[in-house]
Amino acid sequence: MSAFIPLFVILPLAGAFVIPVFTGYWKNMGKVLTPTLMLVLLALSVMFFFRDSAVFVYYVGGWELINGVPVGIQFVVDGLSVLMLSIINMVAFFASFFSISYLKKFTGDKYFYALFCLMVAGMNGVVITGDLFNLFIFLEIAVIASYALVAFGIEREELEASFKYQVLGGLASLLVLLGIVVLYWKTGSLNIADISWVLKQEGSSPSLLFIQILFIAGFGLKAAMIPFHAWLPDAHSSAPAPISAMLSGVLIKAVGVYAIMRLFFNMFELTYEMSMLILVIGTISMVGGVFLAIGQWDFKRLLAYHSISQMGYVFLGLGMGMVILSVNGNKAVAIMAIAGGLYHMVNHAVFKSLLFLNSGAVEYKTGTRMLKELGGLSENMPLTSTSSFGASMAISGIPPFNGFFSKLLIIIAAVQGQFYLMAALAVLVSIITLASFMKVHRYAFSGNFRYRDMKKFGEAPFSMLFSMLVMAGLCLLLSLLIIPVFRDIFLTPAVNDLINLLNYSQPIIGY
Amino acid sequence: MILYFLCFVLFLVGLYGVITRRNVIKIVLGICIMEYSINLLFVLIGYVHDGVAPIIVKGSTETNFVDPLPQAMVLTVIVIGLATTAMLLAIAIRVYRKHETFDIREIKNLKG
Repeated sequence: MSAFIPLFVILPLAGAFVIPVFTGYWKNMGKVLTPTLMLVLLALSVMFFFRDSAVFVYYVGGWELINGVPVGIQFVVDGLSVLMLSIINMVAFFASFFSISYLKKFTGDKYFYALFCLMVAGMNGVVITGDLFNLFIFLEIAVIASYALVAFGIEREELEASFKYQVLGGLASLLVLLGIVVLYWKTGSLNIADISWVLKQEGSSPSLLFIQILFIAGFGLKAAMIPFHAWLPDAHSSAPAPISAMLSGVLIKAVGVYAIMRLFFNMFELTYEMSMLILVIGTISMVGGVFLAIGQWDFKRLLAYHSISQMGYVFLGLGMGMVILSVNGNKAVAIMAIAGGLYHMVNHAVFKSLLFLNSGAVEYKTGTRMLKELGGLSENMPLTSTSSFGASMAISGIPPFNGFFSKLLIIIAAVQGQFYLMAALAVLVSIITLASFMKVHRYAFSGNFRYRDMKKFGEAPFSMLFSMLVMAGLCLLLSLLIIPVFRDIFLTPAVNDLINLLNYSQPIIGY
Repeated sequence: MILYFLCFVLFLVGLYGVITRRNVIKIVLGICIMEYSINLLFVLIGYVHDGVAPIIVKGSTETNFVDPLPQAMVLTVIVIGLATTAMLLAIAIRVYRKHETFDIREIKNLKG
């Protein structure tokens, strides 16, 4: 099965090359090829869940270990990578299927699909690589494609948002690169497992602290945690709707949260100060994001601010787990907190992408996304309205939907780990989230119908409806992950690979 | 040691430019300066005093080689930097056509 690993990068890269070249011969090349590729990748990544071995290693170019020292680049697929791969390719499939109708408004759709494939290639690469410099390369591929996609509309707002995003994104990439350079200087290696072994020999030092700060600032900028969040609402609300779904749904997770998790759990030794820093940043984002969100009147801008808040929940769960592990506390509570964080990340990918797709469908039909100009859409677009209602309930944590269970796990872990303030804040933020989505439904979907002049504009086209309804179904279906049978297949391997260093490093370097 | 320190100073110079300048093009230049400072540091790390090029031919007994890996990686970073800079300048030109100014204080539609 290791032979399949490079396909996650090769297939979308090949797609990105083939689509603009051959669209001249067959007009529908991008429309057909992109969703097909994503579906193939989704099937591949789900296949990795039902595997016989815990970790798969692929040696790029056939460069295997020489005397136990890694030379060359390795692709590693462990429990966490599989989880990330499946959510990336799932959201990519639905977003690309949604784009088939959505892109009728735009010209040059071959470039859109090419950049889309490039972005997916970059994200898949970030998630499977075991080499630090290679991670930087894939990160740049993903974000450069996303810079171009944010500016795809080429109007004033899009260009301004893209410029802001590029300046802050470029700054983040350079901080990450500086961290990698100093780390190479210190350890003489680029392989994550190898570096973790070298660092374990050396113990802590001031330069290590400097590197950790650089990585938190760099990846924190990419993940839009609150001191570094200024670019996110502009970029995510200006992009075309399927791209907003990709950016909010998976890009900030793949290049931000995943990288922080992988580096801080599997490479550095957990220290109390760094864990506490991540926990505090997560809590501030969770609270700050929701207060910034509730005052917004632009549908997509409101959703973008909620992304900051929901990613705060993820960091809260992970940070609590890190703090408990670093002081050698109760391991069961730490496992529950980390599982809650990961579970919330999966859920957020589904419901936030769905909400962005809903906003795209609304904008496609009515031409506006300002909540005050909308109204009474549930009469005309009942299915869109229903799916949006499901996603809103999921994001605000109402019981049968998936968001409830992940928030419950995080809150229970917070109470058991004696983080009472965090638990109270998590509940409070959940209530404010509910209030802000009540506002969306009150203004956009229920209320008076205001489009008498264009009486029946009807439901969104098929490809949009299909994506939205299936994702709404997933919002309900993912609640099943709380049941131990499914949790052991999907979440437990990821948690185990995070907290046991040897699980990750043994298959790669042997110790 | 002074060289490493100067690289870091160059990085801060670039950062200062990005933060304080109002002109779009000067912000792009600031990012370029930061990138070059990191490249410079990277090449310096690979340098070994009195080292020779790491080319092994038959019968060579030299062991004091310069580390070739940072040079290969710096080339990669330069290529990536080219892509980022091209993208930034392309957007800057588009911004200029829409707003007819390079001053970021006047390019402010998005807020809140």
